[in-house]
Amino acid sequence: MDRIPILKMGNFLLVTIQVDMYDRLALNLENDLVTMIRRVEAKGVLIDISAVSIVDSFMGRILGNIASMSKILDAETVVVGMQPAVAITLVELGLPLTGVHTALDVEKGMILLKNKLNLIEEDDDEDKDPDDSTE
Amino acid sequence: MIALNREIIEIAKELDVVFFRQRLKEHAVKIGMSVLNQTKLITASSELVRNMLKYAGGGQICIEVINEKMQIGIKVTFEDKGPGIPDIHKAMQDGFSTGKSLGLGLPGAKRLVNEFDIKSEIGKGTIVTIVRWKNGL
Amino acid sequence: MNNALADLLLKNQKEILEQWMKNQLSNNTLREDLMSNENLRRQSQELLDLFLKAVKKGNYDDLNTREYEGIIEMLQGISISRAQQGYSPKETAIFVFSLKEALINTIVKADGDSKEAVNSILIINNLLDQLGIITFETFIRGRESVILRQTQEINEISTPVIRVWEGILALPIIGTLDSARTQIVMENLLQEIVNTGSSIAILDISGVPAVDSLVAQHLIKTVSATRLMGAECIISGIRAEIAQTIVHLGIDLSNIQTKASLASALKLAFAMLQLEVKKGERKIIK
Ligand SMILES: Nc1ncnc2c1ncn2[C@@H]1O[C@H](COP(=O)(O)OP(=O)(O)OP(=O)(O)O)[C@@H](O)[C@H]1O
Ligand SMILES: [Mg+2]
Repeated sequence: MDRIPILKMGNFLLVTIQVDMYDRLALNLENDLVTMIRRVEAKGVLIDISAVSIVDSFMGRILGNIASMSKILDAETVVVGMQPAVAITLVELGLPLTGVHTALDVEKGMILLKNKLNLIEEDDDEDKDPDDSTE
Repeated sequence: MIALNREIIEIAKELDVVFFRQRLKEHAVKIGMSVLNQTKLITASSELVRNMLKYAGGGQICIEVINEKMQIGIKVTFEDKGPGIPDIHKAMQDGFSTGKSLGLGLPGAKRLVNEFDIKSEIGKGTIVTIVRWKNGL
Repeated sequence: MNNALADLLLKNQKEILEQWMKNQLSNNTLREDLMSNENLRRQSQELLDLFLKAVKKGNYDDLNTREYEGIIEMLQGISISRAQQGYSPKETAIFVFSLKEALINTIVKADGDSKEAVNSILIINNLLDQLGIITFETFIRGRESVILRQTQEINEISTPVIRVWEGILALPIIGTLDSARTQIVMENLLQEIVNTGSSIAILDISGVPAVDSLVAQHLIKTVSATRLMGAECIISGIRAEIAQTIVHLGIDLSNIQTKASLASALKLAFAMLQLEVKKGERKIIK
């Protein structure tokens, strides 16, 4: 069975897509992620697509679905590292993925996720990261 | 128009799509197509091959490297023997779908290529032809 | 060797020129808009002279020789200039191939269908085909140089991306924003975002003469693509009349951060990056 591995890091999930996607693989990823968010009560999902050279309407829709579904399960999704050519192509195709958070790379995506969680759960102090920069 | 190179690929299942996209990319790289144009061509093709599988159960794709008016480019022809499209004009509009989908495939693919042609006959099948020039915008 | 043929052609050169001119003029692909008849005649005369000079010694097949240098040079010059003036390859080919017709006519007229004549015709046919091929090759090279020049021009006018601060890019757009231009702007901007890891881009449109719905659409596309990459886009340099047209046309820019000046966009960018710009204490330099 073709699956993309999902890494758990604290209460975040990290997915790095290294292969070119096809529909079955994308659908599996959607299923696996949603199940995993629910099971480990993840607060954030990072999807790194920097190695992906083609995102068509199907894959784009899956990314949107993952973002919406995780939102319902109380987790934020950030898609990081989209290639310039992929971004231009998606816009031209007519799929600007307006509901999906994005960041330039994993590091910036992580900061974005942490900021979002801090804003939402100011009282929740389980996330004590030294480099959490709020000056 | 002169065809410099031609390859025919049969599409019957999803994994054929992966192979087709790889071959298409190889042809595009070979003629030195820019990454952006490659991405547009492959994304448009990806939409069309999905339609072929979803609505016609498969078909045949012809990839050609062509030369016309001092330009070199890639022409891809998607031919299926499926049910055909009753109203092409409608199918080409953003948001029209009989598959409970976004209805982005056909109009989106058209926006991503330099030339787009669609012919369909009910009960006989559908032929979509696209061209992306190596240096076209 | 076959000097009789050269002599025959030389003797009939006036007639050949007339016939050739007639052939060219009767062809409906003639481009009087691009070249006057006198010029065409002068060019034809010159080329015919060079041709006759080349075949004088009886060499009809080896073009890599001294005697052909002149005619080849001229043919190449004509081809390149025609390619750059926008002639089609067909129009350029007719120039050479209609000479073939005139030459062969002369041979036929001179000694009918003798065995020698057939031989001469073959020789001329071959030679003119070779010259035709040279014309074509050069024509293609001429076209390629036109394309190359145009590409360079486009790249030159395309907008530079300036790194104004760590994490902030600015892109002044000057002139209209058509779809070709938008494409280049987007490509340059997104690539710079990757290269510099910048998370904010300021598009300054104070140099854009007018914003219609198409230009607005291009701007929106650029902003959308930037966001997909994970960077934010601010549009600055919006003049009063542009703000008016945007509203009159019913263009929705409410999802896009807009600022009147580049300075205020920069201020916003600083705020977004949680940077503070303060006036330092004045240092007295002694
Ligand atoms: N090869 C085909 N054979 C038969 N019908 C087709 C074919 N391709 C497209 N269609 C019809 O045209 C409609 C529009 O196609 P289009 O690709 O634009 O949208 P979609 O496939 O419904 O959605 P999306 O591609 O966004 O997932 C389809 O819903 C289908 O009815
Ligand atoms: Mg479709």
